[in-house]
Amino acid sequence: MMMMDSPAAPGTAPPPGPPRLLADLPPSGTWRTLAQHRAVYPAPPAPGRRPRTDLIDLVDASGLRGRGGAGFPTGRKLRTVASGRRRPVVVANGTEGEPASGKDRLLLARLPHLVLDGALVAAAAVGADLVVVCVDRHTADAVAGLRRALAERAGELAGVEVRLGATPPRYVAGEESALVHWVNGGPAKPTAVPPRPFEKGVDGRPTLVQNVESLAHVAQIARWGAEWFRALGPADDPGTMLVSVTGAVGRPCVLETPVGTPVRSIVDAAGGTIGKAKAVLMGGFFGTWVPAADALAAPFSRAGLSPLGAAPGAGIMVVLPEEACGVAETARVLGWYAAESAGQCGPCVFGLGDLGEVYRQLAAGRATPADVARLERWAAQINGRGGCRHPDGAVRLLRSAVGVFGDDVARHAHGQPCPARAPVLRVPRSTDEWR
Amino acid sequence: MAKAKALKVDMIACDGRGVCAELLPEWIALDDWGYPIIRAGAVPPELEDAARWAVSNCPALALRLVPVS
Repeated sequence: MMMMDSPAAPGTAPPPGPPRLLADLPPSGTWRTLAQHRAVYPAPPAPGRRPRTDLIDLVDASGLRGRGGAGFPTGRKLRTVASGRRRPVVVANGTEGEPASGKDRLLLARLPHLVLDGALVAAAAVGADLVVVCVDRHTADAVAGLRRALAERAGELAGVEVRLGATPPRYVAGEESALVHWVNGGPAKPTAVPPRPFEKGVDGRPTLVQNVESLAHVAQIARWGAEWFRALGPADDPGTMLVSVTGAVGRPCVLETPVGTPVRSIVDAAGGTIGKAKAVLMGGFFGTWVPAADALAAPFSRAGLSPLGAAPGAGIMVVLPEEACGVAETARVLGWYAAESAGQCGPCVFGLGDLGEVYRQLAAGRATPADVARLERWAAQINGRGGCRHPDGAVRLLRSAVGVFGDDVARHAHGQPCPARAPVLRVPRSTDEWR
Repeated sequence: MAKAKALKVDMIACDGRGVCAELLPEWIALDDWGYPIIRAGAVPPELEDAARWAVSNCPALALRLVPVS
């Protein structure tokens, strides 16, 4: 399961896995060169004007679901984009605005050619002549990794242009309509849908927006086949996935496991919990709190977490230790949600700010029971009322906190502030960049 | 026969001026920040004229009548 249990040196045998994507992972600060990569992976076919239905069928047969959080079947998305009237565009989404995720950065910094090959296979599949690889411009190693990789390929690319898109460091920039808006020259803010990017995206053309990990899997599926891919993971959600594990664990890391691996095994592989765990933030900031006992016993997959009202999201878990305060941690994340709003929709702009403020007061022991009651009224008024799902994420997190941290909420609602303690979640500072 | 229509608001375009809720209080309420909460489903026939009136008076052109799918 661990990324360091490397099998034999790169060769022509498929990695039995796990790890697969992370097999023979170059150590931190180094990367796999094009020559090293090409020793195992032949250059992908040059995209032509016509879609390659054989490649679409292959991805379809693999059963791969998108690894960016929504879990939509990749083959079906390819087919839809390929069926448009105009020449499609591929956007590789490596923006990774989710603060608790580190997998996309790892791939772009150390294994960029796996991602680029996947993007080119996808381009050939749908018949695209333009690929835009998008990455947060503040993520220096990922940007450098991509630049280096593109320079190495300068003589290899035929029939397709591959561009680097260095995006502003905003959470919603990774939302697909926002990303397309940015590539088209606008601010990285969501636009009204429909039309969705697969209908009318970059330059008005049908656009495939696909997470970079999904594309890395596509490269491996093209190389080793659909049956190989399906040999790990559940039949309805096959393959391996990258998981970012942080919080109160012995060795915070990104690791690769088959979809559906028990959460406890993943946490153990990350060094186990430090002390007793109180809860796990499943799916990251855009996810839900789950009591530790329930979380640890569940399989890490959409099907396995769904009975708990949770999902793996982009493959993220953050372990909260017993002594931490769920209210204080949630207040900080709600503050982040408010600061990361694109500022376009009233319920998001004003509602998230108000939710965060009440939660801050609650954590400080200054909220009244009436304030607490108002939280659910506001949650109901905010949910589903933005142009994108950003406000819904805040509401989902808030509702899960009310359920999981009921004791903390009650204590604070009776005027008791938090014990002074260093916060667990790392909440990035928001900037005002949108272009 | 005319097709049933529902009211939809483009929240990105909406400025929260509240004109719609004044013209069609039977179907549109305002949230705690002054933005419209519109009832789901087809607008009943007796409210259709008022709904069209609300659509044409939205200062942000954010309100639309769309066929119910």
